Amino acid sequence: MARTLAEHESLALLREQGIPTVEEVVVDGPAAAVAAADRLGYPAVVKATGAGLAHKSERGLVRLGLRAAADVEAAAAELLDAAGGADGPAQLVVAPMVAGRRELFAGAHDDPQFGPAVVVGIGGVFAEAVRDVSFRLAPVSSLDAHEMIGDLRSLGYLGPFRGEPAVDREQLADVLLALSDLITRRADVAAVDVNPLVVVDGAPVAVDALVELRS
Amino acid sequence: MTVRVDPEGFRALFDPRGVLVAGVSSHPGKFGFVALHNILTQGYEGAVYGTNREGGEVLGVPMLASPDDLPADAVVDLVFVCTPAAANPELLRACARRGIGAAFLTSAGYGEAGEAGRLAEQQLVALADELGLLLAGPNGQGVVSTPARLCAQIVAPYPPPGGVAIVSQSGNFVSSFQNLALATGVGVSRAVSAGNAAAVTVPDFLEYYAGDDETRVALAYVEGVGDGRALYERLRSVAAAKPLVLLKGGTTPGGQRAAASHTGALASDEQVFEGMCRQAGVTRATSVPDAWEAAATFATQPLPAGPRVAVVTTAGGWGVVTADAIARSELELVALPDDLRQAIDERLPPRWSRNNPIDLAGGETRDTVPEVLELVARHPGVDAVIYLGLGIQSNQARLMREGRFWPDPNLERIVAYHERQDARFAAAAAEVSEATGKPVLTATELAVTDPMNPGPRTVRETGRLCYPSSDRAVRALEHLCRRARHQRARAGA
Repeated sequence: MARTLAEHESLALLREQGIPTVEEVVVDGPAAAVAAADRLGYPAVVKATGAGLAHKSERGLVRLGLRAAADVEAAAAELLDAAGGADGPAQLVVAPMVAGRRELFAGAHDDPQFGPAVVVGIGGVFAEAVRDVSFRLAPVSSLDAHEMIGDLRSLGYLGPFRGEPAVDREQLADVLLALSDLITRRADVAAVDVNPLVVVDGAPVAVDALVELRS
Repeated sequence: MTVRVDPEGFRALFDPRGVLVAGVSSHPGKFGFVALHNILTQGYEGAVYGTNREGGEVLGVPMLASPDDLPADAVVDLVFVCTPAAANPELLRACARRGIGAAFLTSAGYGEAGEAGRLAEQQLVALADELGLLLAGPNGQGVVSTPARLCAQIVAPYPPPGGVAIVSQSGNFVSSFQNLALATGVGVSRAVSAGNAAAVTVPDFLEYYAGDDETRVALAYVEGVGDGRALYERLRSVAAAKPLVLLKGGTTPGGQRAAASHTGALASDEQVFEGMCRQAGVTRATSVPDAWEAAATFATQPLPAGPRVAVVTTAGGWGVVTADAIARSELELVALPDDLRQAIDERLPPRWSRNNPIDLAGGETRDTVPEVLELVARHPGVDAVIYLGLGIQSNQARLMREGRFWPDPNLERIVAYHERQDARFAAAAAEVSEATGKPVLTATELAVTDPMNPGPRTVRETGRLCYPSSDRAVRALEHLCRRARHQRARAGA
């Protein structure tokens, strides 16, 4: 049986691995959520978190673009209600809303045929519908990482976009190298998803992640 | 079971000094007859022997009861086995006693035939290993080796000699590729149907091809992946040595994937396999024609130094759709350099396109096509050329030859001129490619619709492929370009 790490634990693991991630605070209730948002700045994001909670956006367990303390407080109360029960105890993650229009996807998994593999793709909630992804077997070299980025069909998505600079491919390649290192080195890691990997001023920042461990 | 594959075994298989066909039949419809027929008729110069239970003579070859009855001075390296599975252990022992180093087994009734067959196959492999025999098959269609003029197969055809080496998990694809070799004139060095690949597997053959002086490019059809990681490492090392074109059939069951993660959900066998091929520098083809044309192009054209393509055409529409195909590819339709435009201006009336595609627009005179091909290919801003419009005039010449006004001295003169011109243009494309070290690809549907047209016929005579359409030339060139880029990136690393 595999088990998944909670979002903030997953992001912490990525951070240790050198991947840029959004700053997050884990809290237990609405009041603490407001305090955290005051410190991190508005607009804020509040999400439910817990070891049993995957695919949060599909389940409506994410509230984006909260502009004021009252919004954060209300969202926090709703999410605690919604996430409780069968999924086990839930907590809240408060984070600043990351400013970037483009969402990428990166990950690694232990492929049943080919062993450890790394992926990059067009991310966000449509990732599985778009299926613009590119794989390489780990360990990937820096050259492999750059080539797999170049294999994406929607390369225009990585160029300069609506006033935002082009995606820094060097930094994106570094994320892929870090994931390659993680899946190769850590025998207990079965899979890693980073989705979305939001492009902020051209730089990829991990905003949500899911790490699956072998038990 | 891992079997050591001895280079001497491959020499015995592909360059045998003598061949024994075991299980020869006197019935021309049986494999045991066809195999002997094909070995005897396609130019093999070594000694050929046969065994069967009936004795007598088949196709002039006296039938022996057993390999033990081979003449004392016979030197036989390969046994081509058409006997039933049950007879094979004794046969192979006798062959080994006579110094035979390789066995190709067409026999069925092994791994493809249930539990008993699988057991028989394991025993067969163990026996071959014990005897030091290279074991190809079982359940394969045969082996071809043009340097030895060897056509040891139970099917047609026998391809012309050349640089493409074929191995396939499905025998029919060996036939398909060899049929394409015959039709296109781009030849084959070795071809083998791996059958059940009980001992010698597709990667084993590919590794042999990688070091084979007769082979310029390897072409493989595979279905199962087996140990994907080992396959990756082996394909990568083969592709580092020579172009390796791979056609993969079927999606193999991928086993259980990590269901909770997006990565697992997005990781189809197809996409991971594609990534593996790109990483390994393997040229992945999507169809039989794509695979053949990729391999034939690697075998007969230099690698481009970059993606910049110029299109030379004698008619507008062809250039336009070719430009569209280039836009969809990883190639680049190079903006026509000013100095090249000026140079062409001096040779053509002003109605030519004055851009890339370089549409001569009917303004060409006797020497324009060779001159423009030369100018374009020699320009440092151009990495590759696609030439369209070959054979048009010879096509008209054919109509004149077949028309009711033929023969006529006037017509004969123009027909001879047209046919000479097309042959000259085809030769010029090959010559300028050789002189510049750049790929120059010629495409016309006449390659298929009228292969004896002097245009495509001359392309074949220069040893090159005449592409049946410009998008297929673009596709082949894209395969070359991708490999060139992969190699360049790693040469600098």
